[in-house]
Amino acid sequence: MLQNISFDVKPGELFGLIGPDGAGKTTLFRILTTLLFADEGIAKVTDLDVVADYKAIRNSVGYMPGKFSLYQDLTVEENLNFFATIFGTTIKENYELIKDIYVQIAPFKNRRAGKLSGGMKQKLALSCALIHKPKVLFLDEPTTGVDPVSRKEFWDMLKRLQQKGITILVSTPYMDEAALCDRIALIQGGKILEIDTPKAIVKHYPKPIYNVRANNMYQLISSLNSYEHKHSVYPFGEFVHYTDTRTEFNPKELKMYLESKNLSNIEIEKTTATIEDTFMELAK
Amino acid sequence: MNDNKVIQVEGLTKKFGDFTAVNAITFEVEKGEIFGFLGANGAGKTTAMKMLIGISNPTSGKAKVAGFDVFTHAEDIKKNIGYMSQKFALYDDLTVKENIAFFGGIYGLSRKKIEEKRCQLVEDLGLGDVVNQLVGSLPLGWKQKLSFSVALIHDPKIVFLDEPTGGVDPITRRQFWEMIYKAANQGTTVFVTTHYMDEAEYCDRVSIMVNGKIEALDTPKKLKEQFKAETMNDVFLKLARG
Repeated sequence: MLQNISFDVKPGELFGLIGPDGAGKTTLFRILTTLLFADEGIAKVTDLDVVADYKAIRNSVGYMPGKFSLYQDLTVEENLNFFATIFGTTIKENYELIKDIYVQIAPFKNRRAGKLSGGMKQKLALSCALIHKPKVLFLDEPTTGVDPVSRKEFWDMLKRLQQKGITILVSTPYMDEAALCDRIALIQGGKILEIDTPKAIVKHYPKPIYNVRANNMYQLISSLNSYEHKHSVYPFGEFVHYTDTRTEFNPKELKMYLESKNLSNIEIEKTTATIEDTFMELAK
Repeated sequence: MNDNKVIQVEGLTKKFGDFTAVNAITFEVEKGEIFGFLGANGAGKTTAMKMLIGISNPTSGKAKVAGFDVFTHAEDIKKNIGYMSQKFALYDDLTVKENIAFFGGIYGLSRKKIEEKRCQLVEDLGLGDVVNQLVGSLPLGWKQKLSFSVALIHDPKIVFLDEPTGGVDPITRRQFWEMIYKAANQGTTVFVTTHYMDEAEYCDRVSIMVNGKIEALDTPKKLKEQFKAETMNDVFLKLARG
């Protein structure tokens, strides 16, 4: 599940684990939150060892698992109260920290958690993970299956929590969210492919990359895939991102080839790599 | 009925008590079209889709899918469409081969036809080495590609895909879309929901639902012009904050 990974997160950092399902993100979260033993290696959270000091770690971290894990048959308020009590605190004591988030679900505080919408469940889970004022917040795929509007709101909330001094480790399969982190680790198949700031990771992309467009997307992809000099061909929105195996690449030549395949309205323009391009290149 | 319109919807509405989940939506989808059906969580997409695939009765309005009326011929609709749910719906404890045989059988394909389909599908997906493995042991990306192929096993006129690529790695996500393009190119209509806005750009036309209504419907290019937005993500953010 995880193979010999090493990384560190600075205090106050918003650190992203970016990778698809099965990459090992949840396993890593479980090890760091002391819920699972690693076979080998060491891990420290807030300078505490995940095995020897597990009790102390549990008091100083907040964990929001990917799967909704609150009590479905307790109300919103009861859930929050429960988590506050477990950690020996009260809602009142740390209300300032969750205020922004909690006010959005407060109108439904007497509703059972199981009856909340997806977006509201997510806000309640985040409130419960924060109610004991953790130093580090672990968020396992908080935005998976969430629409773009709610995702944006969620990330705005994370930024505000970061400003309050909380270190955040967040995982996501959405590559566009990577740009919102201070630093990211690209992870796939239990291995970290690269760790750096989003900007630096994009700069490491090894090849010039081109936007290609034509009248028929399916024929364009098929034709590019059968072009003898292609290195990679990936649809990106309305374009296809194309890289060539040669160092001396002439777009005109490619255009002629595509015309010979009966494609028209061909446009080929140089573009800049995205994190997703980098991820795919590394994962190849 | 015009043969080219595989989905015709007019004023389709679904109410649950006082709550109107789908509010008089009207649209048409043509043969071979890739139609993106977008909306925020809770906007009514799933409810609308359930009516179109014949598993939920509309409160009012009209809808024909694959030439059949959703009110009177729901069973005929089910035979003529493919459906892939966001939850993986093949049997984890059957092998690849057994799953194909099972779903082929459900749709009433002959043994010979199932055999033929299996060979073609296994070759197209490069599953030759794992055909006798339990589906549960396959990586998510392979499972999703297999699910899609199985949803097409009876050559349906339309395939409905409910968030088919959630959580899938970016390379597989693109291979998946190549399969969608291929199916559409062969005349299958594709009706797809997604939360990846780059995937919205891959669609021929896109509708965006807000609070039960279709608030926008056009090609991605025209929607971007209409909302003066750079990307479909911006269009979505401008519109869906309902």
